Amino acid sequence: MEDRLKIGKYEFSSRLMVGTGKYPTNEIMKASLEASGAEVVTVAIRRVELKKGGMLDYVDAKKYTILPNTAGCYTADDAIRTARLAREALSTELIKLEVIGDEKTLFPDTQGLLEAAGVLVKEGFTVLPYTNDDPITAKRLEDAGCVAVMPLAAPIGSGLGIRNPHNIRIIIEAAKVPVIVDAGVGTASDAAIAMELGCDGILMNTGIALAKDPVKMALAMNLAVKAGRLAYNSGRMPKKMFASASSPAWGLIE
Amino acid sequence: MTPLKIRIRINGEGMRVENGATVAALLALLDINAVGIAIELNREIVPKSQYLKTALKDNDILEVVRMAGGG
Repeated sequence: MEDRLKIGKYEFSSRLMVGTGKYPTNEIMKASLEASGAEVVTVAIRRVELKKGGMLDYVDAKKYTILPNTAGCYTADDAIRTARLAREALSTELIKLEVIGDEKTLFPDTQGLLEAAGVLVKEGFTVLPYTNDDPITAKRLEDAGCVAVMPLAAPIGSGLGIRNPHNIRIIIEAAKVPVIVDAGVGTASDAAIAMELGCDGILMNTGIALAKDPVKMALAMNLAVKAGRLAYNSGRMPKKMFASASSPAWGLIE
Repeated sequence: MTPLKIRIRINGEGMRVENGATVAALLALLDINAVGIAIELNREIVPKSQYLKTALKDNDILEVVRMAGGG
């Protein structure tokens, strides 16, 4: 039985989504996307550099579901404008909604986020909001019609791993839409922990792009997400205070 | 008398183009491939089907975007 990730009208086998920023070269990015096994790839929307080629050739839109983001937007208005431009440029109603509140932490401005989410859902967008690890905001985003909620594990690009597993767990318990941990995953164990908590998927960029060998790390993340999901589905053993021998207590030599 | 050239701003840069030049003509002039881009003219998106029909006016402000690497 295949364990697929359903987000709105979309369905994926892979639970790992990866970004396309900060790679040493476009070739390494392409190979990393491949190794990650991801089916969803995030991109930013930026001004065309007058007289310079883009990265379109390196991200195969036939192979991947392109998820444009509104990164760099500090107001609901800018995020809404960027989402509309993304829809026009890439012919997709998918949007990873970011409304950033502060340059230093890149934490979300949840008030702006909720405002933008409401407008974009009404306009027919499939909204995946990057949010903080606050269960109340997550609930409000779901109520606003978002198809998933994407709480951060730690600040964007920090690689600190899951800073507040309890809140992530509370968000998962309450959510009827998929919970995708977005941002802060630094290495494979972080990804596995998130999946073991019961997250439906993980979105990451820097953890792969800034590894010394991004292609290898992409494979590690691919496997960690799968391992974590399998462990979650398996139902872990209860934790105990003291030892419990694995070998029989009988038949010992004297 | 209608001026021969008008001033526009595209992606924050000022430039002069022929009066009545279309969005399509501007893209050709700047060698921008229309595939995968989106254009805002004075904050309103211009659908691709309108590039040939949309003439630029003096003081128009354009944003031309496409996807870039990001997370």
